[in-house]
Amino acid sequence: MDILLAIAIMALGAVVLGAALGYASIKFKVEGDPLVDKIEAILPQTQCGQCGYPGCKPYAEAIAKGEAEINLCPPGGMEGVQRLADLLGREVKPLDAEEKPKQVAIIDENTCIGCTLCIQACPVDAIIGAAKQLHVIIGQQCTGCELCLPPCPVECIHMEAVTENIDNWKWKYPVVEIKAAPVKEAA
Amino acid sequence: MLMNLFKFKGGVKPPTNKTQSLGRPIAQAPIPSRLVVPLHQSIGGTPRPVVQAGDKVLKGQLIGEADGWISAAVHAPTSGTVVDVAMHVQPHPSGLDALCVVIEPDGKDEWIPREPVDYKALTPEQVRERLQQAGVVGLGGAVFPTHGKLTASKTVPMEEMVINGAECEPFITCDDLLMRERAEEVVRGAGIFRDLLQPKKVLIGIEDNKPEAAAAMRAAVQAVGETFEVIQVPTLYPAGGAKQLIRVLTGKEVPAAKRSTDLGVQCFNVATAYTAWRAIAHGEPVVSRLVTVTGNVHEPRNYEVLIGTPMDELLKLATPHPDTDGIVMGGPMMGFLVPDPKVPVVKATNCLIAHSDRLFPPKAPEMPCIRCGACAQACPHELQPFEMYWFSRAKNFGKTQEYHIFDCIECGCCSFVCPSRIPLVQYFRFAKSEIWAREREKNAADQAKERFEFKQLREEREKAEKAEKLAKAAAAQAAKKAAEAAAAAASGDTPAEAPGPASAETATTPAAPSAADAEKAAKLATIQAAMERAKAQREAAQPKNTEQLTPEQQRAADEIEARRVAAKLVEPVASANPANEKAE
Repeated sequence: MDILLAIAIMALGAVVLGAALGYASIKFKVEGDPLVDKIEAILPQTQCGQCGYPGCKPYAEAIAKGEAEINLCPPGGMEGVQRLADLLGREVKPLDAEEKPKQVAIIDENTCIGCTLCIQACPVDAIIGAAKQLHVIIGQQCTGCELCLPPCPVECIHMEAVTENIDNWKWKYPVVEIKAAPVKEAA
Repeated sequence: MLMNLFKFKGGVKPPTNKTQSLGRPIAQAPIPSRLVVPLHQSIGGTPRPVVQAGDKVLKGQLIGEADGWISAAVHAPTSGTVVDVAMHVQPHPSGLDALCVVIEPDGKDEWIPREPVDYKALTPEQVRERLQQAGVVGLGGAVFPTHGKLTASKTVPMEEMVINGAECEPFITCDDLLMRERAEEVVRGAGIFRDLLQPKKVLIGIEDNKPEAAAAMRAAVQAVGETFEVIQVPTLYPAGGAKQLIRVLTGKEVPAAKRSTDLGVQCFNVATAYTAWRAIAHGEPVVSRLVTVTGNVHEPRNYEVLIGTPMDELLKLATPHPDTDGIVMGGPMMGFLVPDPKVPVVKATNCLIAHSDRLFPPKAPEMPCIRCGACAQACPHELQPFEMYWFSRAKNFGKTQEYHIFDCIECGCCSFVCPSRIPLVQYFRFAKSEIWAREREKNAADQAKERFEFKQLREEREKAEKAEKLAKAAAAQAAKKAAEAAAAAASGDTPAEAPGPASAETATTPAAPSAADAEKAAKLATIQAAMERAKAQREAAQPKNTEQLTPEQQRAADEIEARRVAAKLVEPVASANPANEKAE
């Protein structure tokens, strides 16, 4: 009799807890994949497609699903790989491409024919212009993705590395000078 | 005048070294051979240059127009010719270049027509605008545009206005000399600020190692007939920090991420008050400032210097000793070695110290932190520098922010007392600029993401709109053509079926459900419209001479027609339109 009571109590407990869990899973359901958002926050949002995915979000989704390596994003650099590895608990791998300094695209005003092809290619709408009018790149919005280079029929766009200026200059890490201790000569 | 003074925690007492440069009155520095006037001399937007190479300018003429509200205009310091508007090295620890206007003086020092005004006849807005146009900025070192500080908070009543004459940093005496020699104009300038802000009290704080300045200010306050209180505060570095002086004089502690106006206090430097008075009552924009030239020189002295004067030319006036190997801009606590002796004097330059190893012996090497806590005791902001150091060094920037690194005013007290000679402030500057850089990157990434998503959204929307428009146009055209065809068929002899209405229906009905369908339907409709047209043309082009044929002719024609049908060159007339069926 005791054993039956125990089983009944356990069964009741299981039913109650199961119902509670079931309710909670519906009530507190998380929309979307929070991991994708976390990965996307690390990616530089260049939207350059150098990883082989059409934008940063698809790449983040692929990483979250485990379909993509974490070292495919050249603009994110080694620091990005490191942070992704920390987030996902994966192994740090060397970057699958050359790490480049941050750059912006510049249109040569004398060569531009106003064909609007680069405007269509720009993923972040950082190029202004109209048909047969000179196009201009908004330097602050340019992510340096280089997607405007191939469509240009007259090759009037070139990339320029972002140089340090007074506004974006950073204090350097204080260097600790290490000097060799004077060698004591045996007396 | 007895008044209860408050105290701030921490602080240090470095040797003041002020007497050297106090012996002589202010001297006018001669016009240098060439002036390099940086456009960006204050916090806020970089002024836009309004002159170009070859322009003749007069003293006080506008050369850089304020860009935005928090920005101040820049003026030609003397008359002459603009020889260049180009990048030149700046008095900035980075040693990087920024846009400057280079002026070759003509030696006449000819002013623009100056327009003195009675500010009491102007509205507060007009006064603020005049100050902005005259390039009046905080001359205590932070160079914040003064007009931006002259709007009282709407919710908090203005209690006290503090005029900062503390000048706590060693070696610097320019504010001291200014108060001794030009006290009346300082008081009148403070009067302008008072009238704009309407505080209940005006407190002038002066460190008690400047009794002459305090006496001169008291006399000036009486002479002008104001009710300002001149208060001598204990000499303790950094009593001249705005938050520290406010604390000492009013007992109010300005919390992190809040401004003093939120507590009903505002603070101005004495030199700022002086330039404000010159700007309003004399119509003279800020083209010069007082600079203490001291350190490793024969004749330390204060000079009235034109903005843009190369520092090496200024230093020569005080005849530096031969072992001088650099110039420190600012004091020994917060100043920095300028990257090039030719950099110009700017509005933020209050002091030049000729550097030599004799005067400032090189620091012994840094030792490990022993966590003695001396820095925490010295910190005037009650921070824990040893913790911030630890995390800055480890590049754990989140933690440095938890320890309120952005409340650090970089006064250097912690580095001054550190027994291990750790350059703590350098670590904090490194951490701060690194955090700012990350913030910038994060904002840029967020913006790029937003723009990318918007572009995708827009492209999709445009596609849908285009498809819809196309479908509508095609449908309309098809209907029109069908009607024409029907009309043509009706007028012609051969009775033809009229597919018009049916085709119009097929084109219009699927346009509604979705964009993809609409697109498909639009394409189909176009194809169909073209076919209708072709058919109508064919029908319209039917030869009219087929009516009176001989039976042979008719037979021959029929045979030819049959062959053509057999060769699939034409469709049999009676067959239904395949496109029409497909669309349905």
